Amino acid sequence: MYPENFRYTKEHEWISVEGDIGTVGITDHAQKELGDIVYVDLPKTGAAVEKMKVMGSVESVKAVSELFSPVSGEVVEANAALAEAPEKLNLDPHGEAWLVKIRFSHPEELKDLMTAAEYQEYIGA
Amino acid sequence: MGARMVDFGGWDMPVQYSGILEEHHAVRRAVGMFDVSHMGEIEIRGPEALQLVNYAATNDASRLSIGQAQYSALLYEHGGFVDDILVHKVAPDHFFLCVNAANQEKDFEHLRSLNRWDCEVEFASPRYAQIAIQGPRAQETLAKLTSVDLAAIRYYWFADGEVCGAPARIARTGYTGEDGFELYVAPQHAPRIWDAALSAGEEFGIKPCGLGARNTLRLEAKMALYGHEIDATITPLEAGLAWIVKFDKGDFHGRAALDKQKATGVRRALAGFEMRGRGIARDGYEVLVEGALAGWVTSGGPAPSLNKNVGLCYLPLEAASAGRSIQVLVRNQPVEAVTVPTPFYKRAKA
Repeated sequence: MYPENFRYTKEHEWISVEGDIGTVGITDHAQKELGDIVYVDLPKTGAAVEKMKVMGSVESVKAVSELFSPVSGEVVEANAALAEAPEKLNLDPHGEAWLVKIRFSHPEELKDLMTAAEYQEYIGA
Repeated sequence: MGARMVDFGGWDMPVQYSGILEEHHAVRRAVGMFDVSHMGEIEIRGPEALQLVNYAATNDASRLSIGQAQYSALLYEHGGFVDDILVHKVAPDHFFLCVNAANQEKDFEHLRSLNRWDCEVEFASPRYAQIAIQGPRAQETLAKLTSVDLAAIRYYWFADGEVCGAPARIARTGYTGEDGFELYVAPQHAPRIWDAALSAGEEFGIKPCGLGARNTLRLEAKMALYGHEIDATITPLEAGLAWIVKFDKGDFHGRAALDKQKATGVRRALAGFEMRGRGIARDGYEVLVEGALAGWVTSGGPAPSLNKNVGLCYLPLEAASAGRSIQVLVRNQPVEAVTVPTPFYKRAKA
Protein backbone atom coordinates (compact mmCIF):
# COMPACT_ATOMS: atom_id res chain seq x y z
CA MET A 1 0.00 0.00 0.00
CA TYR A 2 2.69 2.53 1.02
CA PRO A 3 5.68 2.23 -1.37
CA GLU A 4 8.99 1.52 0.37
CA ASN A 5 10.89 3.97 -1.85
CA PHE A 6 8.66 6.93 -0.86
CA ARG A 7 9.24 9.20 2.11
CA TYR A 8 6.31 10.62 4.07
CA THR A 9 5.36 13.73 6.05
CA LYS A 10 3.22 14.02 9.17
CA GLU A 11 0.81 16.08 7.03
CA HIS A 12 0.26 13.03 4.79
CA GLU A 13 2.28 13.96 1.72
CA TRP A 14 4.67 11.55 0.04
CA ILE A 15 7.80 12.25 -2.01
CA SER A 16 9.55 9.95 -4.45
CA VAL A 17 13.09 10.98 -5.40
CA GLU A 18 14.87 10.58 -8.73
CA GLY A 19 18.15 12.51 -9.04
CA ASP A 20 17.49 16.02 -7.74
CA ILE A 21 13.75 15.88 -8.52
CA GLY A 22 11.15 14.82 -6.01
CA THR A 23 7.63 13.87 -7.12
CA VAL A 24 5.10 14.80 -4.42
CA GLY A 25 1.57 13.59 -3.73
CA ILE A 26 -0.86 12.91 -0.91
CA THR A 27 -1.11 9.52 0.72
CA ASP A 28 -3.86 6.98 0.38
CA HIS A 29 -4.65 7.59 4.05
CA ALA A 30 -5.12 11.31 3.29
CA GLN A 31 -7.50 10.74 0.38
CA LYS A 32 -9.54 8.32 2.49
CA GLU A 33 -9.80 10.81 5.33
CA LEU A 34 -10.79 13.63 2.98
CA GLY A 35 -13.45 11.70 1.08
CA ASP A 36 -14.58 12.80 -2.38
CA ILE A 37 -11.97 15.29 -3.63
CA VAL A 38 -13.45 18.05 -5.79
CA TYR A 39 -10.75 20.70 -6.09
CA VAL A 40 -6.96 20.94 -6.18
CA ASP A 41 -4.95 24.14 -5.98
CA LEU A 42 -1.29 23.63 -6.89
CA PRO A 43 1.72 25.97 -7.06
CA LYS A 44 2.75 27.08 -10.55
CA THR A 45 5.83 25.90 -12.38
CA GLY A 46 8.78 27.99 -11.23
CA ALA A 47 7.30 28.70 -7.80
CA ALA A 48 9.64 28.44 -4.84
CA VAL A 49 8.47 26.12 -2.06
CA GLU A 50 9.77 25.69 1.43
CA LYS A 51 9.98 22.61 3.57
CA MET A 52 6.69 22.08 5.48
CA LYS A 53 5.23 25.39 4.33
CA VAL A 54 1.85 25.53 2.62
CA MET A 55 2.14 25.18 -1.15
CA GLY A 56 -1.49 24.59 -2.11
CA SER A 57 -4.70 22.96 -1.05
CA VAL A 58 -6.96 20.01 -1.67
CA GLU A 59 -10.68 20.25 -1.07
CA SER A 60 -13.20 17.50 -0.57
CA VAL A 61 -16.95 18.04 -0.60
CA LYS A 62 -16.80 18.70 3.12
CA ALA A 63 -13.44 20.24 3.92
CA VAL A 64 -10.35 22.19 2.87
CA SER A 65 -6.96 20.64 3.54
CA GLU A 66 -3.66 22.43 3.05
CA LEU A 67 -0.78 20.88 1.13
CA PHE A 68 2.71 21.09 2.60
CA SER A 69 5.91 20.75 0.64
CA PRO A 70 8.05 17.92 2.02
CA VAL A 71 11.23 19.73 0.87
CA SER A 72 12.49 23.16 -0.15
CA GLY A 73 13.12 23.88 -3.80
CA GLU A 74 11.50 24.93 -7.05
CA VAL A 75 8.40 23.52 -8.69
CA VAL A 76 9.37 22.19 -12.12
CA GLU A 77 5.98 20.71 -13.02
CA ALA A 78 2.45 20.63 -11.62
CA ASN A 79 0.02 17.86 -12.55
CA ALA A 80 -2.33 19.81 -14.82
CA ALA A 81 -4.69 16.87 -15.27
CA LEU A 82 -5.90 17.25 -11.68
CA ALA A 83 -7.56 20.62 -12.32
CA GLU A 84 -10.14 18.94 -14.55
CA ALA A 85 -10.22 15.60 -12.76
CA PRO A 86 -9.51 16.08 -9.04
CA GLU A 87 -11.33 12.81 -8.33
CA LYS A 88 -8.21 11.00 -9.60
CA LEU A 89 -6.74 11.73 -6.17
CA ASN A 90 -9.26 9.31 -4.68
CA LEU A 91 -8.43 6.64 -7.22
CA ASP A 92 -4.63 6.66 -7.59
CA PRO A 93 -3.03 8.99 -5.03
CA HIS A 94 0.37 7.24 -5.13
CA GLY A 95 0.57 7.12 -8.93
CA GLU A 96 -1.31 8.97 -11.66
CA ALA A 97 -2.56 11.65 -9.27
CA TRP A 98 0.85 12.98 -8.20
CA LEU A 99 0.71 16.71 -7.47
CA VAL A 100 4.01 18.43 -8.26
CA LYS A 101 7.62 17.72 -9.15
CA ILE A 102 10.12 19.72 -7.12
CA ARG A 103 13.82 20.29 -7.82
CA PHE A 104 14.98 20.22 -4.23
CA SER A 105 17.71 22.51 -2.99
CA HIS A 106 18.53 20.85 0.35
CA PRO A 107 18.80 17.05 -0.08
CA GLU A 108 19.52 16.65 3.64
CA GLU A 109 15.88 17.60 4.35
CA LEU A 110 14.83 14.18 3.08
CA LYS A 111 16.33 12.60 6.19
CA ASP A 112 13.67 14.28 8.34
CA LEU A 113 10.86 12.42 6.57
CA MET A 114 9.29 9.12 7.59
CA THR A 115 9.89 5.78 5.93
CA ALA A 116 6.90 3.69 4.78
CA ALA A 117 7.08 1.63 7.97
CA GLU A 118 7.28 4.72 10.17
CA TYR A 119 4.38 6.36 8.33
CA GLN A 120 2.18 3.30 8.68
CA GLU A 121 2.92 3.20 12.38
CA TYR A 122 2.15 6.94 12.54
CA ILE A 123 -1.31 6.50 11.02
CA GLY A 124 -1.94 3.33 12.97
CA ALA A 125 -2.23 1.21 9.85
CA MET B 1 -21.24 -0.08 8.02
CA GLY B 2 -17.93 1.64 7.43
CA ALA B 3 -19.26 4.99 8.59
CA ARG B 4 -16.87 7.79 9.46
CA MET B 5 -18.05 9.21 12.75
CA VAL B 6 -17.71 12.67 14.27
CA ASP B 7 -18.84 14.12 17.54
CA PHE B 8 -21.83 16.40 16.93
CA GLY B 9 -23.12 18.06 20.07
CA GLY B 10 -22.31 14.98 22.11
CA TRP B 11 -23.70 12.54 19.53
CA ASP B 12 -21.52 10.19 17.54
CA MET B 13 -22.73 11.03 14.06
CA PRO B 14 -21.83 9.53 10.73
CA VAL B 15 -20.38 12.14 8.32
CA GLN B 16 -20.46 9.63 5.53
CA TYR B 17 -20.92 5.95 4.81
CA SER B 18 -19.99 5.15 1.20
CA GLY B 19 -19.04 8.73 0.25
CA ILE B 20 -20.82 12.08 0.27
CA LEU B 21 -21.27 12.31 -3.52
CA GLU B 22 -22.63 8.78 -3.86
CA GLU B 23 -25.03 9.36 -0.96
CA HIS B 24 -26.12 12.74 -2.33
CA HIS B 25 -26.92 11.29 -5.75
CA ALA B 26 -28.76 8.34 -4.21
CA VAL B 27 -31.19 10.76 -2.54
CA ARG B 28 -31.69 12.82 -5.71
CA ARG B 29 -32.09 9.84 -8.04
CA ALA B 30 -33.44 7.00 -5.88
CA VAL B 31 -33.55 6.89 -2.08
CA GLY B 32 -31.30 7.53 0.89
CA MET B 33 -31.75 7.08 4.61
CA PHE B 34 -30.50 9.22 7.48
CA ASP B 35 -30.31 8.47 11.19
CA VAL B 36 -31.30 11.84 12.61
CA SER B 37 -32.11 10.66 16.11
CA HIS B 38 -30.08 13.55 17.48
CA MET B 39 -32.96 15.90 16.56
CA GLY B 40 -34.99 17.04 19.57
CA GLU B 41 -38.70 16.62 20.26
CA ILE B 42 -40.86 18.75 22.52
CA GLU B 43 -44.55 18.04 23.12
CA ILE B 44 -47.08 20.66 24.21
CA ARG B 45 -50.41 19.55 25.61
CA GLY B 46 -53.37 21.21 27.24
CA PRO B 47 -56.59 23.02 26.39
CA GLU B 48 -54.60 26.15 25.58
CA ALA B 49 -51.72 24.43 23.76
CA LEU B 50 -52.49 26.44 20.61
CA GLN B 51 -52.15 29.71 22.54
CA LEU B 52 -48.66 28.81 23.74
CA VAL B 53 -47.52 27.56 20.33
CA ASN B 54 -48.89 30.59 18.55
CA TYR B 55 -47.30 33.00 21.01
CA ALA B 56 -43.91 31.24 21.05
CA ALA B 57 -43.62 30.48 17.34
CA THR B 58 -43.85 32.86 14.37
CA ASN B 59 -46.00 30.86 11.96
CA ASP B 60 -49.74 30.57 12.50
CA ALA B 61 -50.52 27.21 14.09
CA SER B 62 -54.24 28.04 14.11
CA ARG B 63 -54.18 27.39 10.36
CA LEU B 64 -53.06 23.77 10.89
CA SER B 65 -55.46 20.88 10.56
CA ILE B 66 -54.96 17.77 12.65
CA GLY B 67 -52.25 15.77 10.90
CA GLN B 68 -50.63 18.82 9.34
CA ALA B 69 -47.16 20.25 9.97
CA GLN B 70 -45.56 23.66 9.39
CA TYR B 71 -42.11 25.21 9.42
CA SER B 72 -41.82 27.89 12.08
CA ALA B 73 -39.40 29.77 14.31
CA LEU B 74 -38.86 30.54 17.97
CA LEU B 75 -37.52 34.07 18.43
CA TYR B 76 -35.88 36.05 21.18
CA GLU B 77 -37.52 39.30 22.21
CA HIS B 78 -34.99 41.14 20.02
CA GLY B 79 -36.14 39.19 16.95
CA GLY B 80 -33.16 36.83 16.55
CA PHE B 81 -33.65 33.07 16.22
CA VAL B 82 -33.79 30.79 19.24
CA ASP B 83 -34.33 27.98 16.72
CA ASP B 84 -36.16 26.95 13.59
CA ILE B 85 -38.67 24.18 14.20
CA LEU B 86 -41.36 21.95 12.73
CA VAL B 87 -44.78 22.18 14.42
CA HIS B 88 -47.09 19.17 14.04
CA LYS B 89 -50.73 19.36 15.14
CA VAL B 90 -51.53 15.99 16.67
CA ALA B 91 -54.84 17.01 18.27
CA PRO B 92 -56.54 20.32 19.12
CA ASP B 93 -54.84 20.17 22.52
CA HIS B 94 -51.57 18.52 21.47
CA PHE B 95 -48.66 19.84 19.36
CA PHE B 96 -45.47 17.94 18.56
CA LEU B 97 -42.35 20.02 17.85
CA CYS B 98 -39.22 18.80 16.10
CA VAL B 99 -36.27 21.03 17.01
CA ASN B 100 -32.52 21.18 16.40
CA ALA B 101 -30.34 18.91 18.51
CA ALA B 102 -27.97 21.59 19.70
CA ASN B 103 -30.84 23.89 20.70
CA GLN B 104 -33.23 21.46 22.33
CA GLU B 105 -32.54 22.31 26.00
CA LYS B 106 -32.57 26.03 25.19
CA ASP B 107 -35.85 25.65 23.25
CA PHE B 108 -37.43 23.74 26.11
CA GLU B 109 -36.48 26.40 28.66
CA HIS B 110 -37.64 29.12 26.27
CA LEU B 111 -41.06 27.49 25.82
CA ARG B 112 -41.43 26.94 29.56
CA SER B 113 -40.60 30.58 30.25
CA LEU B 114 -43.36 31.69 27.85
CA ASN B 115 -45.92 29.22 29.20
CA ARG B 116 -48.44 31.41 30.96
CA TRP B 117 -51.29 29.11 29.86
CA ASP B 118 -50.48 26.22 32.17
CA CYS B 119 -49.76 23.87 29.27
CA GLU B 120 -47.78 20.70 29.78
CA VAL B 121 -44.41 21.21 28.06
CA GLU B 122 -42.56 17.91 27.79
CA PHE B 123 -38.91 17.44 26.83
CA ALA B 124 -39.66 14.33 24.78
CA SER B 125 -36.33 13.74 22.97
CA PRO B 126 -35.43 10.62 24.97
CA ARG B 127 -38.65 8.97 23.81
CA TYR B 128 -37.94 9.39 20.09
CA ALA B 129 -35.48 8.25 17.50
CA GLN B 130 -35.84 9.77 14.02
CA ILE B 131 -35.13 8.17 10.67
CA ALA B 132 -35.44 10.15 7.45
CA ILE B 133 -36.12 8.24 4.22
CA GLN B 134 -35.68 10.65 1.34
CA GLY B 135 -35.76 10.56 -2.43
CA PRO B 136 -38.06 9.73 -5.36
CA ARG B 137 -38.20 6.07 -4.30
CA ALA B 138 -38.81 6.83 -0.61
CA GLN B 139 -42.52 6.09 -0.76
CA GLU B 140 -42.02 2.74 -2.49
CA THR B 141 -39.39 1.83 0.09
CA LEU B 142 -41.45 2.77 3.13
CA ALA B 143 -44.64 1.24 1.70
CA LYS B 144 -43.11 -2.22 2.21
CA LEU B 145 -42.87 -1.60 5.95
CA THR B 146 -46.26 -0.10 6.76
CA SER B 147 -49.95 -0.49 6.01
CA VAL B 148 -50.45 3.29 6.25
CA ASP B 149 -51.61 4.75 2.93
CA LEU B 150 -48.52 6.85 2.21
CA ALA B 151 -49.87 8.28 -1.03
CA ALA B 152 -52.62 9.93 1.03
CA ILE B 153 -50.07 11.83 3.14
CA ARG B 154 -49.47 15.13 1.38
CA TYR B 155 -46.32 17.25 1.64
CA TYR B 156 -46.06 18.66 5.17
CA TRP B 157 -48.75 16.35 6.54
CA PHE B 158 -48.25 13.32 8.78
CA ALA B 159 -50.04 10.18 9.95
CA ASP B 160 -49.69 8.08 13.05
CA GLY B 161 -49.51 4.37 12.35
CA GLU B 162 -47.10 1.47 12.50
CA VAL B 163 -43.80 0.82 10.77
CA CYS B 164 -42.47 -2.73 11.11
CA GLY B 165 -45.18 -3.26 13.72
CA ALA B 166 -43.91 -0.42 15.93
CA PRO B 167 -45.90 2.77 16.59
CA ALA B 168 -44.57 5.53 14.36
CA ARG B 169 -45.31 9.10 13.40
CA ILE B 170 -44.86 9.25 9.64
CA ALA B 171 -44.36 12.81 8.37
CA ARG B 172 -43.96 13.76 4.71
CA THR B 173 -41.23 16.26 5.51
CA GLY B 174 -37.49 16.44 4.98
CA TYR B 175 -34.29 18.42 4.77
CA THR B 176 -33.10 17.41 1.33
CA GLY B 177 -35.29 19.12 -1.26
CA GLU B 178 -36.68 15.73 -2.29
CA ASP B 179 -39.92 13.95 -1.55
CA GLY B 180 -39.62 11.74 1.49
CA PHE B 181 -40.59 10.88 5.01
CA GLU B 182 -39.36 11.49 8.51
CA LEU B 183 -40.25 8.74 10.98
CA TYR B 184 -40.49 9.33 14.71
CA VAL B 185 -40.30 6.05 16.62
CA ALA B 186 -39.35 4.80 20.08
CA PRO B 187 -35.56 4.35 20.21
CA GLN B 188 -35.77 0.59 20.93
CA HIS B 189 -37.46 0.01 17.55
CA ALA B 190 -35.13 2.20 15.48
CA PRO B 191 -32.35 -0.32 14.70
CA ARG B 192 -34.89 -2.86 13.44
CA ILE B 193 -36.66 -0.29 11.26
CA TRP B 194 -33.30 0.95 9.92
CA ASP B 195 -32.30 -2.56 8.88
CA ALA B 196 -35.72 -3.31 7.39
CA ALA B 197 -35.68 -0.10 5.36
CA LEU B 198 -32.20 -0.91 4.03
CA SER B 199 -33.54 -4.25 2.78
CA ALA B 200 -36.76 -2.72 1.47
CA GLY B 201 -34.87 -0.09 -0.49
CA GLU B 202 -32.18 -2.41 -1.80
CA GLU B 203 -33.88 -2.91 -5.17
CA PHE B 204 -33.92 0.88 -5.63
CA GLY B 205 -30.29 1.33 -4.60
CA ILE B 206 -30.91 2.80 -1.15
CA LYS B 207 -27.84 4.25 0.58
CA PRO B 208 -27.37 5.05 4.25
CA CYS B 209 -26.42 8.73 4.30
CA GLY B 210 -24.44 10.84 6.75
CA LEU B 211 -24.27 14.47 7.79
CA GLY B 212 -22.09 15.36 4.81
CA ALA B 213 -24.75 14.52 2.22
CA ARG B 214 -27.46 15.99 4.43
CA ASN B 215 -25.59 19.29 4.23
CA THR B 216 -25.02 19.32 0.45
CA LEU B 217 -28.66 18.36 -0.14
CA ARG B 218 -30.11 21.02 2.15
CA LEU B 219 -27.75 23.68 0.76
CA GLU B 220 -28.90 22.98 -2.81
CA ALA B 221 -32.50 23.30 -1.60
CA LYS B 222 -31.61 26.50 0.35
CA MET B 223 -32.85 25.14 3.65
CA ALA B 224 -31.46 27.04 6.63
CA LEU B 225 -29.03 25.50 9.10
CA TYR B 226 -28.97 26.96 12.60
CA GLY B 227 -25.57 28.47 13.37
CA HIS B 228 -25.08 29.27 9.67
CA GLU B 229 -27.97 31.03 7.90
CA ILE B 230 -29.81 31.71 11.15
CA ASP B 231 -28.79 32.36 14.74
CA ALA B 232 -29.57 34.70 17.64
CA THR B 233 -28.24 37.71 15.68
CA ILE B 234 -30.36 37.14 12.55
CA THR B 235 -34.08 37.78 12.15
CA PRO B 236 -36.47 35.85 9.85
CA LEU B 237 -36.90 38.99 7.73
CA GLU B 238 -33.16 39.03 7.00
CA ALA B 239 -32.98 35.28 6.44
CA GLY B 240 -35.57 35.26 3.65
CA LEU B 241 -38.01 33.57 6.02
CA ALA B 242 -40.67 36.28 6.23
CA TRP B 243 -43.09 33.63 4.92
CA ILE B 244 -42.99 31.81 8.28
CA VAL B 245 -43.85 35.02 10.15
CA LYS B 246 -47.60 35.70 10.28
CA PHE B 247 -48.14 39.29 11.40
CA ASP B 248 -51.90 38.98 11.00
CA LYS B 249 -52.27 36.37 13.76
CA GLY B 250 -51.82 38.71 16.74
CA ASP B 251 -48.98 39.02 19.20
CA PHE B 252 -46.04 36.64 19.35
CA HIS B 253 -42.71 36.69 21.14
CA GLY B 254 -40.28 38.85 19.16
CA ARG B 255 -42.99 40.58 17.19
CA ALA B 256 -42.24 44.11 18.41
CA ALA B 257 -38.65 43.82 17.19
CA LEU B 258 -39.77 42.59 13.77
CA ASP B 259 -42.39 45.34 13.49
CA LYS B 260 -39.64 47.85 14.18
CA GLN B 261 -37.30 46.24 11.68
CA LYS B 262 -40.02 46.32 9.05
CA ALA B 263 -40.67 49.99 9.76
CA THR B 264 -37.02 51.06 9.66
CA GLY B 265 -36.15 48.72 6.80
CA VAL B 266 -34.29 45.43 6.62
CA ARG B 267 -30.65 46.20 5.83
CA ARG B 268 -29.20 42.84 4.88
CA ALA B 269 -30.50 39.77 3.13
CA LEU B 270 -29.47 36.22 2.45
CA ALA B 271 -28.35 35.75 -1.15
CA GLY B 272 -27.40 32.69 -3.15
CA PHE B 273 -24.32 32.74 -5.37
CA GLU B 274 -22.39 30.59 -7.81
CA MET B 275 -18.63 30.68 -8.13
CA ARG B 276 -17.41 31.88 -11.52
CA GLY B 277 -13.69 31.78 -10.82
CA ARG B 278 -11.74 28.75 -9.68
CA GLY B 279 -12.29 28.15 -5.99
CA ILE B 280 -14.84 26.92 -3.49
CA ALA B 281 -16.54 29.26 -1.02
CA ARG B 282 -16.71 27.83 2.47
CA ASP B 283 -18.62 28.73 5.61
CA GLY B 284 -17.28 31.94 7.13
CA TYR B 285 -15.40 33.23 4.09
CA GLU B 286 -15.69 36.99 3.53
CA VAL B 287 -17.58 38.48 0.60
CA LEU B 288 -16.60 41.65 -1.28
CA VAL B 289 -18.81 43.93 -3.36
CA GLU B 290 -16.90 46.36 -5.57
CA GLY B 291 -13.75 45.58 -3.65
CA ALA B 292 -15.13 46.37 -0.20
CA LEU B 293 -15.97 43.90 2.53
CA ALA B 294 -19.77 43.49 2.39
CA GLY B 295 -20.76 40.21 3.99
CA TRP B 296 -19.91 36.63 4.79
CA VAL B 297 -20.61 33.14 3.50
CA THR B 298 -23.05 31.27 5.77
CA SER B 299 -22.77 27.96 3.90
CA GLY B 300 -20.71 27.14 0.84
CA GLY B 301 -19.41 24.19 -1.07
CA PRO B 302 -19.94 21.99 -4.08
CA ALA B 303 -23.51 21.45 -5.29
CA PRO B 304 -23.19 17.92 -6.64
CA SER B 305 -26.53 17.96 -8.50
CA LEU B 306 -25.61 21.15 -10.34
CA ASN B 307 -21.93 20.47 -10.85
CA LYS B 308 -21.21 23.97 -9.56
CA ASN B 309 -19.71 25.51 -6.47
CA VAL B 310 -22.40 27.51 -4.69
CA GLY B 311 -23.07 29.25 -1.43
CA LEU B 312 -25.32 31.45 0.64
CA CYS B 313 -24.14 34.76 2.05
CA TYR B 314 -25.41 37.83 3.83
CA LEU B 315 -25.13 41.02 1.80
CA PRO B 316 -26.42 44.57 2.15
CA LEU B 317 -29.97 44.57 0.82
CA GLU B 318 -29.09 46.64 -2.24
CA ALA B 319 -26.41 44.12 -3.27
CA ALA B 320 -28.43 40.98 -2.60
CA SER B 321 -30.52 40.77 -5.77
CA ALA B 322 -29.73 38.10 -8.36
CA GLY B 323 -27.25 38.79 -11.14
CA ARG B 324 -24.78 40.87 -9.14
CA SER B 325 -21.06 40.37 -9.44
CA ILE B 326 -19.41 39.66 -6.07
CA GLN B 327 -16.07 38.27 -4.93
CA VAL B 328 -15.46 35.64 -2.30
CA LEU B 329 -12.16 35.78 -0.41
CA VAL B 330 -10.68 32.30 -0.75
CA ARG B 331 -7.45 32.12 1.27
CA ASN B 332 -7.03 35.89 0.85
CA GLN B 333 -7.59 35.79 -2.90
CA PRO B 334 -10.77 37.40 -4.26
CA VAL B 335 -12.54 34.89 -6.53
CA GLU B 336 -15.36 35.97 -8.87
CA ALA B 337 -18.90 34.88 -8.11
CA VAL B 338 -22.38 36.00 -9.12
CA THR B 339 -25.59 36.13 -7.10
CA VAL B 340 -28.29 33.82 -8.44
CA PRO B 341 -31.95 33.04 -7.73
CA THR B 342 -32.54 30.36 -5.10
CA PRO B 343 -33.15 27.57 -4.36
CA PHE B 344 -30.21 26.27 -6.38
CA TYR B 345 -32.03 22.97 -6.88
CA LYS B 346 -35.74 22.38 -7.19
CA ARG B 347 -37.16 18.96 -7.82
CA ALA B 348 -39.42 18.43 -10.79
CA LYS B 349 -43.06 18.36 -9.73
CA ALA B 350 -44.50 14.87 -9.87
